Amino acid sequence: MAVDETKTRYTIPVGPIHPALKEPIRLDLSIDGEEIVDVDVVVGQVHRGIEWLGMNRNNPIQNIYLAERVCGICNICHPFAYVMAVEQAMGITPPERAEYIRVIIAEMERIHSHLLWAGVAAHEIGFDSVFYFVWRVREEIMDLIEYVTGNRITKAMFQIGGVRRDVTEEQFPRIRQSLDYYKSIFDQLKTLFLDDKTIRMRTKNVGILKTEDALKLLAVGPTGRASGVPKDVRQDQPYGGYADLDIKAITPDMLTGTVVGDVYDRIIVRLLEVKQAIEIIEQCLEKMPPGPILAQPKIAVLLKTLTQAEGEGIGRAEAPRGEVVHYVRLEAGRETLSTWKIRAPTYVNLMSIPTILKGGQIADVPIAFASIDPCMSCTNRAIVVDSKTKNTSLLGYRELHELSVEKTKRLEAEFDS
Amino acid sequence: MEMLSPEAIVESFKTVLGDSFIDAKIYQREVAVKKNKFHSLWVEVKKSAFRDAVEHICELQEYPHLAVISSADLGDRVELIYHFTLYYGNHLQELSLGLRVSLAKNDLKIPTITDIIPGALFTERETQEMMGVEVDGIPDNRRLFLPEDFPQGVYPWRTDETGPKDMLRVLPGRQKKYGSG
Repeated sequence: MAVDETKTRYTIPVGPIHPALKEPIRLDLSIDGEEIVDVDVVVGQVHRGIEWLGMNRNNPIQNIYLAERVCGICNICHPFAYVMAVEQAMGITPPERAEYIRVIIAEMERIHSHLLWAGVAAHEIGFDSVFYFVWRVREEIMDLIEYVTGNRITKAMFQIGGVRRDVTEEQFPRIRQSLDYYKSIFDQLKTLFLDDKTIRMRTKNVGILKTEDALKLLAVGPTGRASGVPKDVRQDQPYGGYADLDIKAITPDMLTGTVVGDVYDRIIVRLLEVKQAIEIIEQCLEKMPPGPILAQPKIAVLLKTLTQAEGEGIGRAEAPRGEVVHYVRLEAGRETLSTWKIRAPTYVNLMSIPTILKGGQIADVPIAFASIDPCMSCTNRAIVVDSKTKNTSLLGYRELHELSVEKTKRLEAEFDS
Repeated sequence: MEMLSPEAIVESFKTVLGDSFIDAKIYQREVAVKKNKFHSLWVEVKKSAFRDAVEHICELQEYPHLAVISSADLGDRVELIYHFTLYYGNHLQELSLGLRVSLAKNDLKIPTITDIIPGALFTERETQEMMGVEVDGIPDNRRLFLPEDFPQGVYPWRTDETGPKDMLRVLPGRQKKYGSG
């Protein structure tokens, strides 16, 4: 019964889906008492057919803005990967300065996304004062993003063959001011997340993903790196300004000496990546070469070249959640793309969810599931099946959240006594 | 693990697959100021040797990363590209490898690779429901993104008569323009 009550019916299911943050998803948990014995992930509730639109309605330039809207938080890395794929397919190279500007805004996005995640994670375990603190701190980077690009989200910075707006010398002091602010509070954030007893109790040895499982289930981004897979597109594949920098994938053993692959390790990786992002932006500001920012400033000419071009290309960019892949094929004489395939990081990270949740408790579901940084509204649809009685009941987001908060309180009380 | 150059990888495919190897392309471009080289590799094989090719990729690196399967309806055939990443974890050494297989429209079947790469399940399920390519031996045969009440035999990514053409709605005052869908 409960299953039917939560099923949402759609009658126009066209195109592929982007299963990322803040989108509905269903987890069917099979439980034995408190323990989770099996998990089934059911996706597809917010099918928007974005790739279909790109192949049938929009021209390749309009697709940049469509790609931005694949995900509200990753609205830089999707157009980043998309324009790289199209550039490869049509054979143009963006100017050097544009490559650096792309990196600067991509790293700004990483800082804001990781801070947003840290706040959500604190909220999931009922630590709301940390949630308020982190989200207040996050406003600084949002202001900076607005200052540099003119917008807090959907920045419309990308163009095929470059970027649309320059980052000028006059803007550097303001950018450095924000970076200095984050450097000044970084130790405070580190103490808060890595030394606090509540956070340690709720995240250590919870939601473990072992290195071998991560490799087999193709985990990417901080989820994979926290399990000891040193996979980071910024390190591995020369793209954008990253090719000039010496970037090393962050794994938790850099700080603790071991890899456990639990939620705590995922916090370490994201926290250190904030610091890494600050350093990358600073290096880019230092090394940024002068020159044009667009290979072809005339849009009409660019569009004509795109229509006549024939070829295929693949673009990979490291999003805050992991590797984003766009595959594009252009056909001569066709106004739209011939093929467009998007692979978002959560698409593969969801494969790890059953492994992460199995053997855990229901109260750990919010934080363990949030630790891969996917959409949290999924817990709205979590169905609990008691494997002994075969009874099913629906746990809403509120009940699940309360269970999680209760567990924190219980552990704290045990710790104090 | 020994890392081969793109040219050596192509040669190794030729040696292992013999006649089943069809074609390979190497794309290369210089990036940013230091002009480090970006590589992507496209290898086309016959369908009969597809599993051998995937096993060969697993020999090049123990756990190759399979990003996604892209598929295109090219009229009389459907083309699948398995997008792999090789040599990740090494500074600027990563390669994109697209393994291309063509399937005739009257025989849209491909063997599963989930026994070799368990994480391929989602993308195989997606290819099955969106393109109508039957994946032989897939451990989970359910749909992934499409709802259960979506009609059988309609595949959203196809451009032929099995495409979603009849399901498209033309808004009042607008002309039908999505001809290829």
